[in-house]
Amino acid sequence: MNMPKLPIGDWIERAEDWLTNHLGPLFDFIHVVIGGMVDGIETALTSVHPLVLILVITALSYWIGKWKIALFAVIGLLLIYDLELWEPSMQSLALVLTASILSVVAGVPIGILCSRSRTFRHIVTPILDFMQTMPAFVYLLPAVSFFSLGVVPGVIASIIFAIPPTIRLTELGIRQVPAELVEAADAFGSTPSQKLFKLQLPLAMPTIMAGVNQTIMLSLSMVVISSMIGAQGVGAYVYRAVTQAKTGVGFEAGIAIVVMAILLDRLTQNAFKKQKI
Amino acid sequence: MPILEVKKLTKVFGPDSGRALSLLNQGWSKEKILKETKLTVGVNQAEFSIEKGEIFVIMGLSGSGKSTLVRLLNRLIEPTAGQILFNGKDVMQMNDAELRRFRRRNIGMVFQKFALFPHKTVLQNAEFGLEIQGIPKAERHEAAQKALHLVGLKGWEQSRPDQLSGGMQQRVGLARGLANDPDILLMDEAFSALDPLIRKDMQHELLELQARVKKTIVFITHDLDEALRIGDRIALMRDGAIVQIGTPEEILTQPANKYVERFVEDVDLSRVLTAAHVMRKPETIRPERGPRVALQLMRDSGVSSLYVTDAESRLLGVLTADDASRASKEGLSLDAVLQREVPWAGPDTLLNELFEMMAEARLPVAVLDENKRLRGIVIKGAVLSALAGNALPEAGVAR
Repeated sequence: MNMPKLPIGDWIERAEDWLTNHLGPLFDFIHVVIGGMVDGIETALTSVHPLVLILVITALSYWIGKWKIALFAVIGLLLIYDLELWEPSMQSLALVLTASILSVVAGVPIGILCSRSRTFRHIVTPILDFMQTMPAFVYLLPAVSFFSLGVVPGVIASIIFAIPPTIRLTELGIRQVPAELVEAADAFGSTPSQKLFKLQLPLAMPTIMAGVNQTIMLSLSMVVISSMIGAQGVGAYVYRAVTQAKTGVGFEAGIAIVVMAILLDRLTQNAFKKQKI
Repeated sequence: MPILEVKKLTKVFGPDSGRALSLLNQGWSKEKILKETKLTVGVNQAEFSIEKGEIFVIMGLSGSGKSTLVRLLNRLIEPTAGQILFNGKDVMQMNDAELRRFRRRNIGMVFQKFALFPHKTVLQNAEFGLEIQGIPKAERHEAAQKALHLVGLKGWEQSRPDQLSGGMQQRVGLARGLANDPDILLMDEAFSALDPLIRKDMQHELLELQARVKKTIVFITHDLDEALRIGDRIALMRDGAIVQIGTPEEILTQPANKYVERFVEDVDLSRVLTAAHVMRKPETIRPERGPRVALQLMRDSGVSSLYVTDAESRLLGVLTADDASRASKEGLSLDAVLQREVPWAGPDTLLNELFEMMAEARLPVAVLDENKRLRGIVIKGAVLSALAGNALPEAGVAR
C-alpha cells in the first residue's frame, strides 16, 4: 500500500517565507535590540584590560562564594588570558549573558502564567518539549533566514534551547508553595499581585534560581553551535579546529569554555544561596 | 442586631450544584444526594446568628463540614446558596474589591496548621494583614508589636517561625489575626495541632485575651471539652447540617436529639465543669460587726461558719461558731479569732483539680476572682452531685 507523504516540510518552508516577507520589520527590530545588547556587553567586557577584569571577577567570586571559587577564578581566567583566548571568550560570554538575560526576562513571566492558568500550561508544555528535543541545528536555519548570519540568530537559537528550564522551574516553584499559605494570604485580603510578590515568588525563588542556573549552562553549551552560523567567539575556534582537524586548538578553546562554565555555575549557585540567607 | 447572621447557607461541591440544591429543598439527605448525583453537600442550609463579643464554637467530627462552613463565612470557599449578613450587609453580594476590604478590615483568621510565612520574621508575619493594606511601616510595626505583646511574644519579633515551638507559632498566628483589629476572628481548629497541655494553656489565654480585646470569635473544633470550655454558645454539626445550637450547659443538659446525647455522654464532667459551675453563695460578714452578730447570723441561716470579707468583698478569713463564741466570751474582735488560712481556688479551676484540695481541707473551698474577691464557696456535696449529672446549683450560671 502506498501512503501519501504529508508535505510538512513544504508547509514549514512556506511559513518561513511568509514570515520573512511579512514580519521583516519586526525581525529587523529584534535584530537591532539583540545585536545592540551583545555589542554593549562585549564592549563593557573588553574595554578594560583583561588583568583588571580578572581582578574584579576574582574579588566578586570571593565576595559571593568562598576563597576556593576565587582561587579557581584567578587561575582559570589567567589561563584563558595566557592561551590568547581572552577576546573570543568575552565575545562568547556576551552571547551567553544576552541569551540568559532575555531567557529570564521572558521565561519567568511565562512560568508565572503557566502556574496560574491550566489552559496556558497545557499549551506551553508541549511547545517546551518540542523546543528542548528538536535538534538545535534544525532551528538554526529559520533563525538565519529571519536574522541573517551572525551573533543574533545564535542568541535566538540559544534562547529557544535554554529557556525551558526557567519556565518549568518557575511554574513548579510557584505551584509548590503550600496551599494553606496561599489560603492565609487570601484570608487577609491579598490582591493576586500581592500574593505573587509577597508570598509565591519569594518562596519559589530557590527553585526559580535553579532554573536560571540551568538556562545559563544550556546557553553556554550553544556557543559552538552558534558559531556555525557566524557567531564570533571561542566557539568559532572549536568549530574551526574540528573542521581543520587541529586537536590542540580545539582543546585549548574547549578548556576556555569549561572554565567559563564552571565559574558561571558556581557563581550563580552561590549567589542564590547567599541571597536565600 | 447580630454582628454576623447566616441564613440557609449551603455549599455543594461538584458541577451541577443547582440540582443538588433543589433536592436538598425536597428534603433529601446528604448521603442520598451523593449516591444519586455524585454531588457532595459540604454545608447543608446552616442558620445561626452571632452576637458581638461572643465566642461561638462550631463543633463536629471530621467530615461534618465545620471547616467548610467557616471558610464560607469569608468566602475562601464560594457558597452555593444562602445569605451571610455582616452587620446587615450581604457578604455574598460583595464584588472582589469589597470582599478584599471585608477580609482586610472586618474578619481575621487563624489556621490549624498555623500557615505562617516561613520567609518572614515573626514581626513581618504579624503585620502581614496591615502590609497588604498599604499601611505605613512605622504604624504597622507598632500595631504588630502590640498584637505580639498581647499574645506574650515580646522579644521574639526578629525570630523566624521555624525557630519557635508549636504553641508559640500559633501565638504568632493569633497575633497576625489580631493585628489589623478585625471585628470577627475565625479560628479554624486553631489549637488542634498543639499537644494537650499547651492546648489547655492556649484556651485559657484565649479567654483572657477575649476578656481584654472583646472580639467576636468563631471557633471551630472537633473537641467537645474545648468547645465546652471556651464557647459562649456551641453549634453542633453533623453531615453538613447544624444539629443543635446552645450554651454549653444546654448542650450538656438538654441534648436536642440522640446524636447530641451520644456525643456528650462520654464527656468527663470533672474536666469540663469548673468551680464557678458548682459554687454556691456563702454567708459573709464584715469583721467590724463583732462576734455576737456573727453568732446570730449563723443561727439564722443554719451554718457553722461565716466568710469574713472587707468592704470590697475581699476574703479575710473564715469564722467558725467555736471561734465566734470564744471571741464573744473573752471580748475579742473578730479579727483576732478568724482563721486566715482558707483553701481557695479561681473560678475557672476544673473540678478534677478541686478534688485534691477538697480531700485535704476541712473547710469548704473559697472561690476567689483575680482581685481576691469572694465569689462563692464549693462544698464537697455539690461537686459530687454535679459529677453524678444532677442539676447544677443556681450559682452555676455564672461563667
